[in-house]
Amino acid sequence: MSKPSYVYVTYIETTPEALWQALTDCDFTERYWFGHRITSDWKQGAPYKLTNNGNPKVEGEVITFDPTQRLAYTWHNRKPEAAGEGTSRVTFDLEPHGKVVKLTVTHDELGEDGKALRDISGGWPMVLSNLKSMLETGHTIEIVPPSCAKDAA
Amino acid sequence: MNLDQFKPLTVYTIYIASTPEKVWEALTSAEFSRKYFSGFAVEVEPKLGGTFNVRAPDGSEHISGEVFEYDPPRKLTVTWNVNWPDLVEKLGTTLVTYEIEPAGEAVRLTMSERHDRHLSDDILSGGRTGWPAILSGLKSLLETGKAPQIKMSPPMKMLEALKAMAIRTP
Repeated sequence: MSKPSYVYVTYIETTPEALWQALTDCDFTERYWFGHRITSDWKQGAPYKLTNNGNPKVEGEVITFDPTQRLAYTWHNRKPEAAGEGTSRVTFDLEPHGKVVKLTVTHDELGEDGKALRDISGGWPMVLSNLKSMLETGHTIEIVPPSCAKDAA
Repeated sequence: MNLDQFKPLTVYTIYIASTPEKVWEALTSAEFSRKYFSGFAVEVEPKLGGTFNVRAPDGSEHISGEVFEYDPPRKLTVTWNVNWPDLVEKLGTTLVTYEIEPAGEAVRLTMSERHDRHLSDDILSGGRTGWPAILSGLKSLLETGKAPQIKMSPPMKMLEALKAMAIRTP
């Protein structure tokens, strides 16, 4: 059986250059990725990490760094609740479509038990919706996913 | 129609800085849909069992169906049948559900496309290509006041798969 994979596509009214910067610059990711800063030397084989308030959340290695078309890195979730999850892979493909850029995010090589797939299926729409808002309106949105709202009630 | 037989084969979730009422209006009014849905006009008779149509820019009825669940501004389910000869007969009915939930300053919109049988990834590729473009446009329209024109190429994989099933396409 092949390992689970996840694909999300969004169209953003921006340029490939601005979108590329938003994916690789920690001051941008911090704004739309709910406080997560991404840092790396950004070259093939280099390590990268996603941190939140200085705490490591995700780490991995850059697989492909092809500005402004394709970015891929391995994904090792450092959150305690994801212990034993293994290493998966995230690929961002950017394709100009007239005045918009088609962004395809593929998260594959996920764990066979389906837990990581469930977790990231909830996360990517929030992150990528916020990225689109930031690039198109200059503002990000305070998102509280409905399941969390129910837990708080 | 036995709902239990219908399984979601394509699901798309998007968060929009808007209110449930505005998202509902954008999904159900022709004036809005023409702006984000390549000029197509969505026409919904606002009641359970009412008619549902999507009219092409030339005025022809591209999709026709019926309102199956009607709970404004939270949930809308319609039968979504593309009017190509033999398509519904061979692929079965398509059900499309929109669920709208408050999510902080945003609204979470979840679109599920359900079918009562297995369909190949090639057949499903039409919707999987189309929905992100349509709903990205809807989000832009509600957040910025205008929807970008997204140039789409024809869904070749789907058209070829339909041809292979002897379903005539325009």
